[in-house]
Amino acid sequence: MRRVTTEAKLLLIGIPVFLWTMIPIYHLFLFSISPKESAFGGKLWPATPTLRNFEIVFQQKHYFLNFFWQQLLNSLVIAVAVGVITLVVATAAAFAISRLKVRGGRLVMNLALFTYFIPAAFLAVPMYKTMSTYGLLNNQWALILAMVTIAAPYSIWVLKQASDKLPWELDEAARIDGASPMQLFRLVYLPLITPSLVAVGTYALLLAWNEYLYAFLLLSKEKDVTLGVALGLFMAADDSPWELLMTTGLIYALPPAAIYYAFKRYMVSGLTAGAVKS
Amino acid sequence: MSTLVAPETVPTIPTRPVKKRLSTWQMWGLILLIPYVFFFLVFVLFPVGYGLWLARHPQSYVNLINDPIFAKSVINTLIFLLVGINVKMMIALFLSGFFVHTRTWIKWLSVLFILPWAVPSIPTILSVRFMLNPEWGIVNSLIFKFFGVDGPNWLNNQWIALSMAIGVHIWKSLPFWTLIFVAGRLAIPGEMYEAASVDGASKWQQFRYITWPSMRTLYLTSTLLSMIWTLGDFNSVYLLTGGGPADLTHVLATLGIRYLRLDQVDMAMASIVCALPLVLPLVYFMMKRLSK
Repeated sequence: MRRVTTEAKLLLIGIPVFLWTMIPIYHLFLFSISPKESAFGGKLWPATPTLRNFEIVFQQKHYFLNFFWQQLLNSLVIAVAVGVITLVVATAAAFAISRLKVRGGRLVMNLALFTYFIPAAFLAVPMYKTMSTYGLLNNQWALILAMVTIAAPYSIWVLKQASDKLPWELDEAARIDGASPMQLFRLVYLPLITPSLVAVGTYALLLAWNEYLYAFLLLSKEKDVTLGVALGLFMAADDSPWELLMTTGLIYALPPAAIYYAFKRYMVSGLTAGAVKS
Repeated sequence: MSTLVAPETVPTIPTRPVKKRLSTWQMWGLILLIPYVFFFLVFVLFPVGYGLWLARHPQSYVNLINDPIFAKSVINTLIFLLVGINVKMMIALFLSGFFVHTRTWIKWLSVLFILPWAVPSIPTILSVRFMLNPEWGIVNSLIFKFFGVDGPNWLNNQWIALSMAIGVHIWKSLPFWTLIFVAGRLAIPGEMYEAASVDGASKWQQFRYITWPSMRTLYLTSTLLSMIWTLGDFNSVYLLTGGGPADLTHVLATLGIRYLRLDQVDMAMASIVCALPLVLPLVYFMMKRLSK
């Protein structure tokens, strides 16, 4: 009897949690499989589900979607570039601070943390003006560099935390064996730190793929923007076809969800460990 | 090459690196720091300095204070922070207690539960925006279907619109904080609960005397960190209400961008400078915590 009450109580929490989480996502999905006419009926399942919307999006058969594939590619290229550059920058810095104990390393760590704690929306205004000063506005490099700037601090911190846990004896042994700093980095450090690298790379990649504010400030040409910004442009029009907008949105949301699930075990342990410890 | 040195010669007590080598290692350390330092100088320090320089005229602040939208945004920001963060954190703490139960269906639910956090904001917030459309949205359609009355014009009332933006913010960030608190709860030794239930402690007493004391610091840190992120939450407001109706639902994060779009950069920066007295103590506190 006691067990049944416990299960009932759990369900009483679980069902609202499920509905709360899934309603906006289901609504997105519902629109994407609804024919244009029936999308607005307030139905919970379309009378005639269809994949027609996906066909229109993939074949770019609407003037809002003229650059769909290009924009999808832009999102991909920018996300991958941010992931890779962040990894290089953050790994180098974390190795120098944690394993080489470079002088000034603590200062650099603090500067990075400081950057991490400035709300990104506040940094966006000066960043926009700066990119304009550098002549990088409407150049995809502006977005890549800005996103690396935002992703690197936390990445460095996570990698430094992970690096600090590696046994110091390994470094000692390598040094005594006459390893150079770069050999230590390549042969000892990188193999040991790989799980954290996966976590950090995924974090930066997702951050860049999902970013809206910086993308819409720094890029504006229809051909250059990411899919997220394209959705925003799409929405701004009065005659925007909702079902196509939602279909595109669903397509845009799928890769990050898939990547998250693929790297979930790295992400959760890598990214929450630090927070819990503090 | 490394095999030339017999392992027996390795001293058992770890020693500091040999003096002669120090410079090479230090030099490499400095070289490896260059990329990040470059990013910091060029894309953080310079922009911040430039931004502050743009906001140097006292007149900008006078204009800002005379702009009724600014006052409105400050109030909205405070409401957003106060309500959004506390509601979110309390629910997250509560739900973390739910998600630590070991059931297969709860495991699957936790997989779905993370979705709002993992997917980009724009499609899901637009989805909510369409749901709330007064004429065609599914919410009002259902209200009409079941009650035969027209539902409210959700996003056209400043208070409903702001509440909805807070709701969207909570929807988006709740999974992350729940995950953090789940990790926090799992770090508490299970024997403490076993001992407590043997002693006949109620669920509430277990929470009050075991869970809460172990989670208090984490809860406080999370609340402060969440405060910084919530202050910078541009998407929830901008994508849902666009600051409307009539610029009544702006928060500081969207107001700065609004001024920027209107080409009033000095005002944009001034509004951000006004938020600094709130942001900097938080930043300082968080830095002290994390740089240990």
